[in-house]
Amino acid sequence: MTKYTSLLFIAGLSFLLFVIVGYLPIAENPMVAGKAILGSAQQEVGSANIVTSVVLAYRGLDTLGELSILFAAASVVGLLLGKSYSTDSVKTQKSGQAKEYKQFVVLKSLDLLFPMLLVVGMYIIVHGHLTPGGGFQGGVLLAVAFSMRSIVNPGSDKKNHYSITFIEGFAGFSFILIGVLALITDGNFLQPLLGKGEFGSLWSAGTLPLLYLAVGLKVGAELAGLLFELNGEEERV
Amino acid sequence: MIWVVALIVCIMLVAAVMVLFVPNMIAAVVATSVVSLALTAIFAIVKAPDVAMTEAAIGAGLGSLILALGLKRLGFNQTGGSQGEEND
Repeated sequence: MTKYTSLLFIAGLSFLLFVIVGYLPIAENPMVAGKAILGSAQQEVGSANIVTSVVLAYRGLDTLGELSILFAAASVVGLLLGKSYSTDSVKTQKSGQAKEYKQFVVLKSLDLLFPMLLVVGMYIIVHGHLTPGGGFQGGVLLAVAFSMRSIVNPGSDKKNHYSITFIEGFAGFSFILIGVLALITDGNFLQPLLGKGEFGSLWSAGTLPLLYLAVGLKVGAELAGLLFELNGEEERV
Repeated sequence: MIWVVALIVCIMLVAAVMVLFVPNMIAAVVATSVVSLALTAIFAIVKAPDVAMTEAAIGAGLGSLILALGLKRLGFNQTGGSQGEEND
């Protein structure tokens, strides 16, 4: 019975998808918005990386939605895998693993990699409006850097709960705050403020670097919290 | 250039099939990250460095890490394949 139900579900879903694909205007008037943005992004926004000007200026609201989707996904994964499986078997395995992992090469290479990952992550975030990359990629690097310490050296990074939650909330709040400030002064939500600056320099493109910094901190804190939770290291309060 | 892309696609296909058939769960996680790495190379070849960086960081790095930690959380972290097979 279950088999037939799922078969019926798949058939219905594929029918729906085919109908939608049939109505889609594929390859008609290709890239009208894209060409317009490519032509005017440099004068209007002033960021050297046009992808960033699309992500944060022309489609800033979509980025806010993306952040909330990421938040929801991280919350659900933490909810499903965070607490209920921490039974005795997992704990004994963990104590066995802790001994196994504490080896000289692993610890020393962690000491070498951790500051490098931090610097690269911050570089990618801060230069998001000039070079490829940005808040999402750099934030993931930061999260991986912090969670690596907790994976290799279990129990070293407790008491992170408050700071991670604070950073995440503060970054999300400042993203929305910048948007609302633009709404007050200029009339459009998330309109870039503060002038364009010199094209191609670090202080350019108005509020876009600040927005990307907020995105990077939020993504990093969120994913680091998720990884801590999956690793069973975060202290529950 | 088309041959390089074809080679990378072949690597991706082999790795993706390996994910299904390899008995060791950790090896399957590594194979998924190989798929993402090959996709990163394709993105870099077609000059989409932003997407390539996202794919490398999230697909190859973080995704595999989350999968491996999920395996550990669910008790599949033995390197032998027997434990993974009886539960799926």
